[in-house]
Amino acid sequence: MTETRPAAEVWITGIGLATSLGEGLDANWDALQARRLNVDETGFAPYIVHPWAKVSLDAQIPKKGDQRQMEAWQRIGTYAAGLALDSAGVKGNKEILGRMDMIVAAGGGERDLAVDTGILSAQAKGNSAPGFLNERLMGDLRPTLFLAQLSNLLAGNIAIVHGVSGTSRTFMGEEVAGADAARIALARIAAGQSDIALIGGSHNGERKDLLVLYEFGDFNLKGKFAPVWARRQHAGFALGSAGAFLVIESKAHAIARGAKPYARLTKVVADLARRNGTGDVKATLDTLWSKLGKLDGGGAIITGATGVEPVTSEERAFLEEHPDFAVRASGTSFGHTMETQFPLGIGLAALSISRGALFPPGDSSGVEIEMSKPPAQIVVLGVGHWRGEGMALVEAIR
Amino acid sequence: MTAPRDKLGRPIVVVTGMGVVTSLGAGKTDNWAKLTAGESGIRTVTRFPIDGLRSTMAGTVDFVPVEPFSSTGLTERLAEIATEEALQQSGIGRKGDFPGPLFLAVAPVEVEWPQRLELGRATASQEPSYDDLLRISGGGKYLAYHRRFMFGSVAARLAETFGTKGSPISLSTACASGATAIQLGVEAIRRGETDAALCVGADATVNPEAMVRFSLLSALSTHNDPPQAASRPFSKNRDGFVMAEGAGTLVLESYDAAVARGATILGVLAGCGELTDSFHRTRSSPDGKPIIGCVKKTLADAGMTPDQIDHINAHGTATPENDKMEYLGISAVFGERAKQIPVSSNKSMVGHTISAAGTVEAVFSLLTLEHQRIPPTINYDNPDPAILFDVVGNKARDATVTAVMSNSFGFGGQNASLILTREPA
Repeated sequence: MTETRPAAEVWITGIGLATSLGEGLDANWDALQARRLNVDETGFAPYIVHPWAKVSLDAQIPKKGDQRQMEAWQRIGTYAAGLALDSAGVKGNKEILGRMDMIVAAGGGERDLAVDTGILSAQAKGNSAPGFLNERLMGDLRPTLFLAQLSNLLAGNIAIVHGVSGTSRTFMGEEVAGADAARIALARIAAGQSDIALIGGSHNGERKDLLVLYEFGDFNLKGKFAPVWARRQHAGFALGSAGAFLVIESKAHAIARGAKPYARLTKVVADLARRNGTGDVKATLDTLWSKLGKLDGGGAIITGATGVEPVTSEERAFLEEHPDFAVRASGTSFGHTMETQFPLGIGLAALSISRGALFPPGDSSGVEIEMSKPPAQIVVLGVGHWRGEGMALVEAIR
Repeated sequence: MTAPRDKLGRPIVVVTGMGVVTSLGAGKTDNWAKLTAGESGIRTVTRFPIDGLRSTMAGTVDFVPVEPFSSTGLTERLAEIATEEALQQSGIGRKGDFPGPLFLAVAPVEVEWPQRLELGRATASQEPSYDDLLRISGGGKYLAYHRRFMFGSVAARLAETFGTKGSPISLSTACASGATAIQLGVEAIRRGETDAALCVGADATVNPEAMVRFSLLSALSTHNDPPQAASRPFSKNRDGFVMAEGAGTLVLESYDAAVARGATILGVLAGCGELTDSFHRTRSSPDGKPIIGCVKKTLADAGMTPDQIDHINAHGTATPENDKMEYLGISAVFGERAKQIPVSSNKSMVGHTISAAGTVEAVFSLLTLEHQRIPPTINYDNPDPAILFDVVGNKARDATVTAVMSNSFGFGGQNASLILTREPA
């Protein structure tokens, strides 16, 4: 037998949200209360995206040089990470930041579309000399663009701009990377391998290169916007733009520094369903649900459901077996932010618990019902559009 | 019976299987023979035209067929080859049923140029725009590209093939990725979550855009001729790293689990550490503090002192910056001993396998412990007088080696170190 120390309780003490609905907790909360959406149906038509609500970048990324070194996805993430550090009251605290662990869930950065299409045009015009691609890339690529594309350079920028410099790990792998970032950070703190961590991700949905990638699988929502649960005949996701970061720490660490918690992060679990046939995903979700611990009923579920089929229907079958949980699909309000959707879900769960109310339903499909009492338990759910399933339990601290 | 624990009371983590593939060949036997003979795997690139490139050589793996070819496809294949070898040696689990999680160090994935050019042709436009590409991308014709170019695609495939448990983690900490994959496995076993972990690093991204990107950052050597002499760690005339491909796999187990099933223990993962450098996106803090802190954290994690380390498998990329900073950091921690510990860089022969380097070099470090022989740093004809390491230059050296430190430092301020030992400390 392995004798392990009692697991440390882990609190969420900082939330940073910079989304298509605005920056900060109040702006996002107010927009959710007002059921406000920020959807662009024309700029990328026939595709639909949720554009990032512009902010004054200087507020979190004071040096213009730093801003220039990043592409949009990194600026969004670095900005949101700064909000989370502010929210936790550790911004500028060199002692804590110098030993803070960081796990970022990231994809990659935007391409230079002009360089790409210039090369494609040269090809179309018959330029097929052996070194033509090399020469165009050597001549046309901005030398520092690579650094704005590298997955681990979101974490790198957060380290440079905000001084988070204990450890730095970047997880990739679409939606479930966000769940795994939370899962590993929580496990490390619970086991005493870490005291405090910054976790999260960012995504820029206003990218044609990403639309192409997902169009290969016909995953993009086209034509007209509809809430996630109203897309069965018209399946797909609308890419979203958001940065979502959380500061989590052991209860003892939080108390010692006088930090106030939003909620407790009790459990995070994830798996990889084989998805060979109908029912595989639901079976995996049933198993993950059983690992969350004691659920009292009358709670809520915040899901990152994509609207992609058939997986959204499978998730719906799972949700229908838990009718006493009020469901909210973050994708309706925020779009699909891929790696960021799960940390966003945790952030919304912690925010709802701290405000003593779940935000109102996002549609009239009947999947989302009103919840009048303050939520004590919120399950965060993430089912990848192609692979990966994750679940977290966020609870009120009594 | 009390379980064997390390000095800090945690389960001891051991290695019971390892596999490797590099430009020198597939498998430990072939790699070790060539490595200790001082052979280089660096050659002029033939996979694609090199016209117009500043650097034209790399440590490509050209002997593994992949159809249709993509960097991500080759990455996956190299990971499979190294993992099959590691699992065979370990004898753990059953075929397709590995009893633990997968931690995969892998390069960020993206749509590659052959596919993008194909899309451009398919638009039939003289000036294809991204809107034109979007118009022809749907309908299922390119579904395989979605599957191939998901960031999680290699890990998902490996998880299915080898039957690892739970959600596989794909990670990038740039040039330290392989070390981070091992570290995640060590931590999971120490937490008691699992008795075994599969730690894999794989990288096969020698393609035009990747070479151009590193070239534009002035990171690559331009000693193109002869290519074998390009990678010159610790030399005065070093001028950058040489891109390379490869994969390394370690099967990690708790000491208890390994002993219980009668497995052969190949070595011990005694300690790991990491510390972020927040100075600059590509350069180290001039005071070397993050590297110093990383090395100190690793020693503390292993419960060891500098005088217990008798070999350093250096990051040794052969960039002017890295080798200088690595010496500065090591000498600050090791003092006078920095000049006495034999140091070597495998990258002089296999090049820089980037995301895979941490796992590839961990395998080589374990082989060094097994054979009590240190592979050389080749092309060491013109030592940098400012780097006073005892570099194992040009010829392999027999030595008593009980503990190896393996370092990995990367863009984005990533620093990670490992300590591997023959026996539990």
